[in-house]
Amino acid sequence: MARFVISVNDRPAVVEVAEDTPLLYVLANALNLKGPRFGCGLAQCGSCSVLVNGAEVKACVTPVSAVRDQAVTTLEGLPAFYARQKKLAEVPELHPLQKAFIDEQAPQCGFCYNGMIVKGAELLSRIPDPTEAQIRNEMKGHLCRCGTYPRVTKAIQRAARAMRASASER
Amino acid sequence: MTDHNGFSRRELLVAGAGAMLVAFQLRSSGAQAQIPTGSIPAYLLGAPTLGSDVDSWIVVHADNTVTVYFGRGEFGQGTLTGMLQVAAEELDLDLGQISAVPLDTAITRNQGMQVSSSSIEGAAPSLRAAAAEARQALLKMAATRLDASEGDLRVSAGLVSVTGRPGRSVTYGELLGDKRFNLKVTGTAPLKPVAAYKLVGARVPRVDIPAKIKGSYEYVQHVRLPGMLHGRVVRPAGQGALGAGAKFKTIDETSIAQIEGARVVRKGDFLGVVAADEWSAVKAAVQLKVDWDMPRTLSGTDRLHDRMKASKTIDKTVIDVGDAGAALSSAAHTVSASFKSPYEAHAPFAPNCAVADVRADSAEIICATQNLFPTRAALARVLKMPVEQVRVRYVESSGTFGHSCYDDAAQAAAILSQAAGKPVRVQFTRGDELGWDHYGPAHLAEVRAAADANGKIVGYEYHGWQHGWNFVVEATEELALNAKIPPLALPDAAHVNKSNAGAMYDIPNRRLISHAVPGLEGYLKGSYLRSPLDLSISFASEQVIDELAFRAKQDPVEFRKRNISDPRWMGVLDAVAKASNWRAHVAGDRKSGDIVTGTGVALGTHFVSYGAAVAEIEVNRKTGEIRVLHVYGALDAGLIVNPASVEHQIEGQLIQATSRILHEEVRFNETNVTSLDWSSYPILRFDEAPVVTPIVISHPDKPSTGAGEEVLAAGGAAIANAFFDATGIRMHERPMTPERVFAALKAG
Repeated sequence: MARFVISVNDRPAVVEVAEDTPLLYVLANALNLKGPRFGCGLAQCGSCSVLVNGAEVKACVTPVSAVRDQAVTTLEGLPAFYARQKKLAEVPELHPLQKAFIDEQAPQCGFCYNGMIVKGAELLSRIPDPTEAQIRNEMKGHLCRCGTYPRVTKAIQRAARAMRASASER
Repeated sequence: MTDHNGFSRRELLVAGAGAMLVAFQLRSSGAQAQIPTGSIPAYLLGAPTLGSDVDSWIVVHADNTVTVYFGRGEFGQGTLTGMLQVAAEELDLDLGQISAVPLDTAITRNQGMQVSSSSIEGAAPSLRAAAAEARQALLKMAATRLDASEGDLRVSAGLVSVTGRPGRSVTYGELLGDKRFNLKVTGTAPLKPVAAYKLVGARVPRVDIPAKIKGSYEYVQHVRLPGMLHGRVVRPAGQGALGAGAKFKTIDETSIAQIEGARVVRKGDFLGVVAADEWSAVKAAVQLKVDWDMPRTLSGTDRLHDRMKASKTIDKTVIDVGDAGAALSSAAHTVSASFKSPYEAHAPFAPNCAVADVRADSAEIICATQNLFPTRAALARVLKMPVEQVRVRYVESSGTFGHSCYDDAAQAAAILSQAAGKPVRVQFTRGDELGWDHYGPAHLAEVRAAADANGKIVGYEYHGWQHGWNFVVEATEELALNAKIPPLALPDAAHVNKSNAGAMYDIPNRRLISHAVPGLEGYLKGSYLRSPLDLSISFASEQVIDELAFRAKQDPVEFRKRNISDPRWMGVLDAVAKASNWRAHVAGDRKSGDIVTGTGVALGTHFVSYGAAVAEIEVNRKTGEIRVLHVYGALDAGLIVNPASVEHQIEGQLIQATSRILHEEVRFNETNVTSLDWSSYPILRFDEAPVVTPIVISHPDKPSTGAGEEVLAAGGAAIANAFFDATGIRMHERPMTPERVFAALKAG
């Protein structure tokens, strides 16, 4: 057992777990977060995705020891992540991509949407105006068994438009 | 009053809910409510609706909100929203005033197994009948309270007012506020006419989606109980033949001694581990040294269909109309071909998970079952407890698409909890879920069909080989109790589907023969997978119909229309042809170049509803790779409760059909299944997804029928037919992988 201080969604968290414990189990069990979730444990599906310093990682294969002193952002922290990125005075209830997913009524079971949202938000933070081909390529590490890929694409494009529109207002 | 999952947390225990149900026969005269009785099998209906207590369905609260206790859950298909629409419509409530209680054997009604896309078709009419009964009672009370005749009453958002007397009104909540109706569902309360519907038929946003996007939704994987341990099952990586169990020769418990708090649980041949923290349980399951006995009784993937064909089958004539043999021997155009389809996995995105809290005289198990009450019965057997002491609660997992490992996980959690004396959460791994699934059965088809010189289909004969399904015995029960698998359990459950094999066409001479393969003689465990066998049947049947069109030198759409008289089949075919801007042409003209394109059409269903699809694809003749560019799907499901949900279901089916026809195949060697992760069981990826266009056809004058699986088969078969259009070659085996396509193209 070892003691780790990690930063999750802008808050320090102290956890005592075996050194090789994957970040996923720390987030889901010690910190009771619902966003990152088990899908394969093999980094093949994207269910467990989180951002570490703004870049997507698969929490199921990332030992907690690897994120010491790093900023971990989960689905729960995406609105604040967005607010900081865009220097907004207030943290919105939802990241624009979350709003777009609701507007598109995108999910069916919704289980894979932790990964879809986290990866989609990361993509939009790097590429504000992604083409359809870029979206398909960037998102290909994320599986959906219900078959909602086309709606994910539409929602990312919708969010990109909304984010560009709000940027031009400011 | 809804929580973040869209269900009410108000777990009001209504006396009599889910119990004390009195059987009562619907009299054909005078009954208003169309509660399905004869046409829908009993296992889809559960406890009888007629004669049940209205209070077991509906509670009206003082704040003028309503809680309903129906017996169908949300599986990501919009069922919860649809059921609430139906109840709110009949009660004249706004959707915000009504919520449902999560499924729970102690509280909610038994509405049968949630299979065959039967919720809106089979369960909603019962809810509607109960709501109509409640509304009638509330109007009677209101007439007395307001001193008005019932005919003068109007209801809006649960507020009853009197026509022409402004200000005279009373709410449902004021009339009944948390008190009981004390009424039975008689089936005689008048139903609202379809023409007056406002909520039913509207594109109502799904009530579960906001929480799923915010991340506050509680899936079964999130359930935690105080003092809970984490458990894992320990089995060979990938199951062997059905009924063979999983025997271990030796087990070395010292191999996990260094993992703090981890211990082995053994019951019969069932093996599991528990530990206080999840990572320890994961490590213990991986590191526990077990020497398994692995008998070589399977055929291996590549010899599967030969074994099926050579087996001693139990044959059944499903349909024999006219004289198919004579018609086939004398027609202008005849086609004869065989088609192979593989075992397929449910492969839910999230492996199943369950939490059990088993005590000396009670047990509570939380899992993601499609069939709450049968799950409870099996758990009672495994725990050796009276069924009344077992409570099962449903919490959603990821889409299951049929009988994935939810019961297996629930039973494993129950055994581990019983042994540990503490609540236990069991999370199946990706390998457990893929390797120990109940697979959609493999299928072999031999089809012959014939058309006359005018392109009229005159004869059709379909021989299908497949084995029966295991409905009842899970791996956990089999291993722990040495439970025997009944031979060919429910052989009738897996026969050639007469609704799908040629039924859409007017064929005067038609014969369907099912060859039931002896499932216990070296095959995998099978069960129902979304649109069971239909994709396999359509892959064969619709390619043969397409081939007849080609032989008759006719456009595939025109050829089908020439052979259809049912207006609803014609309706979906016309709709999909129009939406896709179908250009009439004879399929299969050889094209030049490495990349060739093709367009195909197909029809299909499950049992009810009408599906048609058109696919546009691209084939790389150098690599054998297929890219599906666009799939259009038209579905006629009678009265549509929520067109937005049906559109979503069509899209999902077309994507899943693409995945299954291109990629999906459970592979196995002679000892065990070897498709254990997303590399060895690939599904369609994001960058391969076609554009999908859903077309919803509503018939408000017809009863609602299933919408969750009825266009999948057409979607897959349309891709196969598009392949022929692109290349002039028929694919006789799926999945249509690059290797298989390349070999077929090479063979010409």
